[in-house]
Amino acid sequence: MTIEEQIRQYIADNFLFSDDGYQLSDDASFLEEGIVDSTGVLELVMFVEETFDVMVEDEEIVPESFDSVSRLATYIRRKIA
Amino acid sequence: MLVQDFLQNSAERFPDKAALVCDGQRLTYAEVEARANRLAHALIAHGVQRGDRVAIYLPNSVEAVVAIFGILKAGGTFVVVNSTTKRDKLTYILKNCRATTLFTSGRNASLAAKVHAAVPSLKFTVLSGKRATTAAGDGFYTFDDLLAAYPANRPACPTIDQDLACLIYTSGSTGDPKGVVEGHNNVVFASGSIIQYLENIADDIVINVLPLSFDYGLYQLLMVFRFGGTLVLEKSFAYPAAVLKKMEAERVTGFPGVPTIFAILLQTDLSPYDLSSLRYITNTAAALPPSHIMELRDKFPWATLYSMYGLTETKRTLYLPPDQLDKRPGSVGIAIPGTEVWIEDEEGNRVGPGLVGELVIRGSHVMRGYWENPKATAERYRPGPTPGERVLYSGDLFKMDEEGYLYFVARKDDIIKSRGEKVSPKEVENVVYGIEGVVEVAVIGVPDPILGEAIKAFVVLDNVALTEKDILRHCRAHMENFLVPQHVEFRDSLPKTSSGKIKKTGLS
Repeated sequence: MTIEEQIRQYIADNFLFSDDGYQLSDDASFLEEGIVDSTGVLELVMFVEETFDVMVEDEEIVPESFDSVSRLATYIRRKIA
Repeated sequence: MLVQDFLQNSAERFPDKAALVCDGQRLTYAEVEARANRLAHALIAHGVQRGDRVAIYLPNSVEAVVAIFGILKAGGTFVVVNSTTKRDKLTYILKNCRATTLFTSGRNASLAAKVHAAVPSLKFTVLSGKRATTAAGDGFYTFDDLLAAYPANRPACPTIDQDLACLIYTSGSTGDPKGVVEGHNNVVFASGSIIQYLENIADDIVINVLPLSFDYGLYQLLMVFRFGGTLVLEKSFAYPAAVLKKMEAERVTGFPGVPTIFAILLQTDLSPYDLSSLRYITNTAAALPPSHIMELRDKFPWATLYSMYGLTETKRTLYLPPDQLDKRPGSVGIAIPGTEVWIEDEEGNRVGPGLVGELVIRGSHVMRGYWENPKATAERYRPGPTPGERVLYSGDLFKMDEEGYLYFVARKDDIIKSRGEKVSPKEVENVVYGIEGVVEVAVIGVPDPILGEAIKAFVVLDNVALTEKDILRHCRAHMENFLVPQHVEFRDSLPKTSSGKIKKTGLS
């Protein structure tokens, strides 16, 4: 699975429960789309740390790195490089 | 005075001052007012009449702010619905208040067509956001198209201060949300009283991370616009580092939060940020543990900390004057300016220091009651000491010390306070009962260092193999994020009372 696929899978399993037929695009903001909230972001951080074995610093938890599938994938690639 | 006068007066006094910093935009008072005027003309042209309920189902955004004031200027009553509310509850609220118009955006826009069909009172929907198009069909407009098509001059004001400014839906012990009815006069009084004790001035810059659907978040907007300050409006506290950076960059002076936000803040390394501009911090929705009060004061020795207490039914009720914080950190203080409170026992006698009873609240911040729900209204809003007056029975048990400072003891009902939000166990139980194979459910609050109380569901199954994930999947599809349980425990049976009702006192 690519990093994007793993993120999409995690979001689908943990946040995207809905009967409205919504499709998440890779550049959609998790926050603006109402997919994650405060505790959701903390869960996302744990997912990233555990799945990709990286250490996420407090000041790295910003929308530029976390707030869409593609942003998060870019961040993870940079961390594991 | 009317609530839209907050914006109008500031637009006259400080037309070029930054009113709103949000979504990467920085809007002056004149700009916000011009947009609200355009929207008001549009709403009137599309049939919104005095007193119509108009629902705002948007995250914190420029559009939500413009909608609030545009609706008021059109003579309507605004209803902000939490943007994580799911279809069933949204439909319930829209039907309950017979909303004529709906504002929505983003992911939620895909819901709009289905909701539209289910709510006969809805005449049209306004879509905003990047992907907003009117492709959904008749009765759908985009926010930007409406603004572009109407003039920026101020429309004639159709309302007086006895008209309704807003309905704020809140959880009730029955499980169905109830709309607290706020007249313009109530909002004007309550916001003025709070501004008085916070000593707000036009130089204040307030950051708001709380949803505008929550009265504590909504009043940040209303109060800032009233005193002519600047509101930095964030979607949430989901990215603490981003919020802290914004606080530093905007030289924020006021930071309102709830215990969950402060618990996260206290775990965060604040050394990279210069937060020296902070003049005050406020906490409400649930009490801060005294240890957190001390830690906050250590981290922000230059800022004044206000412990407060309130409920939607009166907006704010109590505040602790900051000079009392060292002496009585466990107290939530005294009645807000211009109001009074007392404690009553079960026989209706006022009780003195040390005795526990129900907090009763008197003042012009006592709202009008629950929307079209005379039974629930009569239980909580009862006759007061003067003819025609009503006082609020809070449903919360309090005691006071010898000097009259008040201490929260417990709730009279089983409402859970999680992340500062009221959670009705019944509402969560009703959703879990909707899962095939669930025989019994009991939902309780359990202590949690971050959330205050975490939501725990005890579930009895009928010979089906369901996992915690299955339960949570259903919950997340059918309720707001803050209602979804943190813990699910499967049991073979639940303890019962002699009459066969589930007994929650033995669960933990």
